[in-house]
Amino acid sequence: MDRNPSNADTWLVIPLYNESSVVRDVVKDARVTFPNIVCVDDGSTDASVAEALAGGAVVVRHPINLGQGAALQTGLEFALGRPGAEYFVTFDSDGQHQVSDALAMVERLRAEPYDIIVGSRFLDGRTKAGALKKVVLRMAVLFERLSTGVRLTDAHNGLRALNRHAATSLRIHQNRMAHASEIVAQIGEHKLRYAEQPVHIVYTDYSRAKGQSLWNSVNILSELFIK
Amino acid sequence: MFDQIIIKVLLIAAFVIFALILMKPGGSARTQAIRTITLLILLAAAIYAIVFPAVINDLAQAVGVGRGTDLLLYAFLIVFVANALTTVRKRRAQDAQITQLARQIAIRNPEFPEPTD
Repeated sequence: MDRNPSNADTWLVIPLYNESSVVRDVVKDARVTFPNIVCVDDGSTDASVAEALAGGAVVVRHPINLGQGAALQTGLEFALGRPGAEYFVTFDSDGQHQVSDALAMVERLRAEPYDIIVGSRFLDGRTKAGALKKVVLRMAVLFERLSTGVRLTDAHNGLRALNRHAATSLRIHQNRMAHASEIVAQIGEHKLRYAEQPVHIVYTDYSRAKGQSLWNSVNILSELFIK
Repeated sequence: MFDQIIIKVLLIAAFVIFALILMKPGGSARTQAIRTITLLILLAAAIYAIVFPAVINDLAQAVGVGRGTDLLLYAFLIVFVANALTTVRKRRAQDAQITQLARQIAIRNPEFPEPTD
């Protein structure tokens, strides 16, 4: 398959909310591999926007805070409108994702007949997560298998690579945390061809301090069921 | 009919004010019309029940509820829950609209980094 070392046809979509201390380095680091990066500022109250711009990203701003799901949808719509954009990667602003993993996922989209590659923490032993977190994530996976028929091993991994077809098919309505489950459901609905890629999530002290508390699993369930 | 006249006047006045508020224009034709008619009937029934309180007791006994006050409590619960549900639904619809609006604003005004490489 035609390899494209400059990745000029690929956009990184990074939801951004109050990450001024890390986002510049994350963007700079990723720009070495991916020249096109859009940060969707979700109403940050700190210097995140300036930092992202300094790192070399395009920034679009939500005038009010809407949530990570809304930011992803905005970023995808923006990137879809850029000339020559063929591949889209959803990436975190806090440095927990590896650029090398993202690159490998885009390479797979180029070479293999898939619409979307979803990162998984549990396909190899690199990621260290707590026991309770593992149990909750496993339960989420089981729930999604039963409700959507999509078989993934990691329900809430933020690292995904999409081709144009997948990016135009997805419509994220869940503004807040439940968007990850919604994306899985829509993979099933639109019969997207999907595969998983082992990825390494770095739980730094920074991401842990901010992090994805397990309480969120309750919030996610309530967002999904109470329409 | 003329016992407890003060509370009766107060209650009737409150319902008449609700009715007047309902008469104000706004919203889409059919559903709006049906909702208005239903509410007007309810208001008329309420006023009737205030003037002739015995009706509520008769009605309660007809449907197998002991007292009129119990019937009113049940009716109140139903109306309250229905109202809560429609409010949630309205708020969700409004949230979706706000999201669309914010998204359009965001996409129309991208900021580009200084071209320094």
